[in-house]
Amino acid sequence: MELISVAVSEILATLRDVAPIVVILLGFQFLVLRRRPPNLGRVAAGFGYVVVGLTLFLVGLDTALFPLGETMARQLTEGPAATLGGAEPDWRDYGWVYAFAAAIGFATTVAEPALIAVSLKAEEISGGAVDAWGLRIAVAVGVAVGVALGAFRIVTGTPLPLYIMVGYVVVVIQTVRTTRSIVPLAYDSGGVTTSTVTVPVVAALGLGLASTIPGRSPLIDGFGLIAFASLFPIMSVMGYAMIMTSIQRRRTVTTSEEKEIRE
Amino acid sequence: MDSRAPERPPPSLTWHRLRTLVRIFAGSFRDLIPMILVIGFFQIAVLQQPFPNLEKVLLGLVFVVVGLSLFVRGLESGLFPLGESMAHAFARKGSLIALLGFAFCLGFGTTVAEPALIAVAAEAAEVAGAAGFISNTDAEKNAYALDLRYTVALSVGASLVLGVFRILKGWPIHYLIIGGYVIVVAMTGFAPPEIVGIAYDSGGVTTSTMTVPLVAALGVGLASVIRGRNPMLDGFGLIAFASLMPMIFVLAFGMIV
Repeated sequence: MELISVAVSEILATLRDVAPIVVILLGFQFLVLRRRPPNLGRVAAGFGYVVVGLTLFLVGLDTALFPLGETMARQLTEGPAATLGGAEPDWRDYGWVYAFAAAIGFATTVAEPALIAVSLKAEEISGGAVDAWGLRIAVAVGVAVGVALGAFRIVTGTPLPLYIMVGYVVVVIQTVRTTRSIVPLAYDSGGVTTSTVTVPVVAALGLGLASTIPGRSPLIDGFGLIAFASLFPIMSVMGYAMIMTSIQRRRTVTTSEEKEIRE
Repeated sequence: MDSRAPERPPPSLTWHRLRTLVRIFAGSFRDLIPMILVIGFFQIAVLQQPFPNLEKVLLGLVFVVVGLSLFVRGLESGLFPLGESMAHAFARKGSLIALLGFAFCLGFGTTVAEPALIAVAAEAAEVAGAAGFISNTDAEKNAYALDLRYTVALSVGASLVLGVFRILKGWPIHYLIIGGYVIVVAMTGFAPPEIVGIAYDSGGVTTSTMTVPLVAALGVGLASVIRGRNPMLDGFGLIAFASLMPMIFVLAFGMIV
């Protein structure tokens, strides 16, 4: 019974999500462009797949993973806070929290449908030069580092703008140094990571931390984890591109050396 | 040899479809392995607790795998071709106003009802009430949350307009994004500290799972029909604008309200 009510509410939520998109698409298609899109039946079926798929996906997450993940975030953050008795926390007591933050950031990002979409597109457009799976792993590593560092920031209570500004400086330096063709994709990957799967679990973690640590307000310190999770993938994707280029360069150097030796 | 050929028909279409389906399911399952491992490890090894209603969790996992597979299947046959065919149609029509109008509507329409944004806006209203920007009544807070939602939705509409315009002009993306960073940093110095966290987070919550594939296909489609544009260099970047611009708009909102 509970599953059915969850399913109904998720179907309604997905339809509410899709309704404006369908209205805008149909409106422009028929009023402005005034022509039938090619393969209308196939496209409509694809749209149906997406809606049903996303609904099932969310129902499954709501019954299986979100409750566990959220309880976990609460229990892990309550543990060290219980011994504090109102004192300022020692950041070293929160080792498992950082580990959980990094692990869950990585794991939820790998399963993020929007990221799957963008990485498939990138692989197709680049003619295979960008590997979809490699890109997703790079983004997931970025989110892992970002969420763990964000948890550390909430525990220590250090100012958020400081971290973000340092992050921006790193992004600017990397932009200058990396392959030009990866830059737009790297910037995009910051925005796609924080969607359906990552936001609820990460938000629960931030709220749990900010409400159990004395002197932190959930309203003010609870924010910022999502900002970290969208900034760090930009760095990790450009870093991944830089590593791949240097490996390729080394490989071409060794093959040309081998040729020289043979000659 | 030839006379025996009809007795061995080539693998049938259904068999091929079945194999594709199995491959998609396997891919979706692989995507979920990290999440299963992480939650399993923390539940058993760190928190040392048994799994509550294991059968419900397993059933949920089946739903997640099937759902993700259908989503990926629908991307390839529905959302991607649709985004691209619209890009081609707009390019053929050649009306800048129509294209930019479409970009704005897509950004505004998909963001204004986004559940993640509604949640963040409600929390932001709580912050504003507690900090004394607005009086701490429900009516005031609801009005504040609604204004904030419209602000973010406007900013996403504006960012898709800017992003599409950039593709048409072929401007390099990093000047615009770095310029945006400079604006964010400068505004952070003047905005009330309570709004800063919300503003930074608002960039991440705007791009929903349905919007991202459409917007990506639109950008790449435009960059591939316009002569002299490279889909890799010019096609991506729309989502980047949609996550940067809301920060600027929300910081401005905090300074004005």
